[in-house]
Amino acid sequence: MTATRTPSDQSTTKPPRRPGDRIFAGSAKGAGILILVILAGVAVFLMAEALPALTAPAEEIPGDEGLLSYIAPLLFGTLLSAVIALLVATPLAVAIALFITHYAPRRMAQGLGYVVDLLAAIPSIVYGFWGIFWLAPKLVPFYRWLEENLGFIPLFAGPTSSTGRTMLTVGLVLAIMILPIISAISREVFRQVPTLHKEAALALGATRWEMIKMAVIPYGKSGIIGGAMLGLGRALGETMAVAIILSVSGGITFNLISSANPATIAANIALDFPESTGIDVNTLIASGLALFVITLAVNMLARWIVNRRADFSGAN
Amino acid sequence: MSVQTPTPAPTTGASAVSRPQQQHDRSLPRWVPLAVFAAGVAVAALLSALTGFNVVLFVVYAVVLGTVAVYVVSRVTEGRRRATDRLVTSVVTAAFGIAMVPLVALVWEVVGRGIERFDGEFFNSSLQGIIGEGGGAYHALMGTVIITALTTLLSVPIGLLAAIYLVEYARGRLKRAITFFVDVMTGIPSIVAGLFAYALFVLIFGPGIRLGIMGAIALSVLMIPVVVRSAEEVLKLVPNELREASYALGVPKWRTITKVVIPTAIAGIGTGVTLAIARVIGETAPLLITVGITNATNFDPFDGRMATLPVYAYYQLTQPGVPPEFAIDRAWTAALLLIILVMGLNVVARLISRFFAPKTGR
Repeated sequence: MTATRTPSDQSTTKPPRRPGDRIFAGSAKGAGILILVILAGVAVFLMAEALPALTAPAEEIPGDEGLLSYIAPLLFGTLLSAVIALLVATPLAVAIALFITHYAPRRMAQGLGYVVDLLAAIPSIVYGFWGIFWLAPKLVPFYRWLEENLGFIPLFAGPTSSTGRTMLTVGLVLAIMILPIISAISREVFRQVPTLHKEAALALGATRWEMIKMAVIPYGKSGIIGGAMLGLGRALGETMAVAIILSVSGGITFNLISSANPATIAANIALDFPESTGIDVNTLIASGLALFVITLAVNMLARWIVNRRADFSGAN
Repeated sequence: MSVQTPTPAPTTGASAVSRPQQQHDRSLPRWVPLAVFAAGVAVAALLSALTGFNVVLFVVYAVVLGTVAVYVVSRVTEGRRRATDRLVTSVVTAAFGIAMVPLVALVWEVVGRGIERFDGEFFNSSLQGIIGEGGGAYHALMGTVIITALTTLLSVPIGLLAAIYLVEYARGRLKRAITFFVDVMTGIPSIVAGLFAYALFVLIFGPGIRLGIMGAIALSVLMIPVVVRSAEEVLKLVPNELREASYALGVPKWRTITKVVIPTAIAGIGTGVTLAIARVIGETAPLLITVGITNATNFDPFDGRMATLPVYAYYQLTQPGVPPEFAIDRAWTAALLLIILVMGLNVVARLISRFFAPKTGR
């Protein structure tokens, strides 16, 4: 749009731009560049404050075994909780997106969309409250059942936590929190599916599900993947819900229903930071830097996938 | 789990397409699947009553049995393809229902527990000198308002100008870079934003620093990209004809933007900013590590710790003191207040877009 206008501005008889124009354009551009600077600043300042921990001798790091063995269980906990959340949330979110775009009565669809989006509006600390007081106790009998009947799988080896404050509970709460993100993006791509594709499938006698399977899902696949990765990014960085719900002790374990769980990076920072001083603070910031790098990578990949889809569908 | 049940579908669908319309006449009337599903739920209720009532188990039983019942009935009367279709319909609807369970349960729980201390004292007093009963969150509420207002003051000009740059001025590689990194920035974990503000201020003021303004800067990192994205979307919707008409009258570009483009888009911008405020007002983690908590009232964001509502709720819950129940009650009321604030802002955002939308809009 702007490309056609700027040349015509300059082709008039007064080549120098008015000062108001120059100031305004300059400050707008400055704001745009400032955003890039802030993002770079996040990386630079985190690195500056993480440096003392990176260079410190191993015995000064909490746990006395160096930075890597401090971060490793946290990283494991972060990835484990996020992967559980992703496995639970993705199919559910896609189904919800399908329900809203293709199954719900047309007039209700927008309202239902808002309702799902409300899940994203609830502050994460409130999810923490709800998770520890409502969900966790209700899941205990279910975990007992898992331990008794599926205990041979290492994931459910137990012993079952009596409070329900386990890795699996955290994964489920995170799943609820990332549900609206994945479903919003899936909804967006499902809505972009060309009507002709769908009508063609229906005209060939396909049932609604066959039409979805043949026309909607293939078209929306990269949108679903991108949305899932954005959800993954959110789950990786989620702090307060995990900090409140998870009962933390011990290191790396795949046991999802016991009371000994590795913490996640974000929750560990929230729990330890207020009482930390000296090198401990730098260690926590170093773990935060690791989290930042991981989420940045996940988000960049996700955006790349989603944007590629956008370019693609723009051509249609 | 139940969502993965349609996996047998590929074989059904593929083989079925070759013989279309076989069962066309025998499709069930509308009420039958619903009735069958209800019957399944009834069996589930019976089952869960026999095995000891538990909400989670009951929901699982109900969804699975209801879906299976519909599938079987449809399979017998309508054939495999339609049965699969009905199965998927049940599964997809159930998925939506499953998503509603936490929303309803959460709101119910928070309202039920929070209403207890939702009284005048909660809004009028701080925690100074309070042990046990009484006390309130006046200081925390004011702290949240001050820090959120500061965040808005920092984020909206930057975000709006950046959006104007992206829509009206930017071209080429810089535009693509900013758009991409704004998107990436929306995914920064909130705790990392808090660490950034802390690291920034530590370099200036030395370790252990806690200031209200640090919290505002941390929240701005989270809010700016949201403002940019929403403002960009609405500015793009402003019809080009309006800009061209303005240029034709000899109005400079910056006057065109401030007098024509922004007034046209103001409703959308207002909605976007309100939603962005709603996004940051409940953030806990960055405030926890940059602003800290205090029991006294401190309204000066440039001097020392401040209390904010989310952090207040967190500490009241996790460090309730003795006896714990009073602090825990206060925590729930603070959570309720947070939900009310966020939902209220969401409603306000929708109202803005409904009532202030330009009459000439698309």
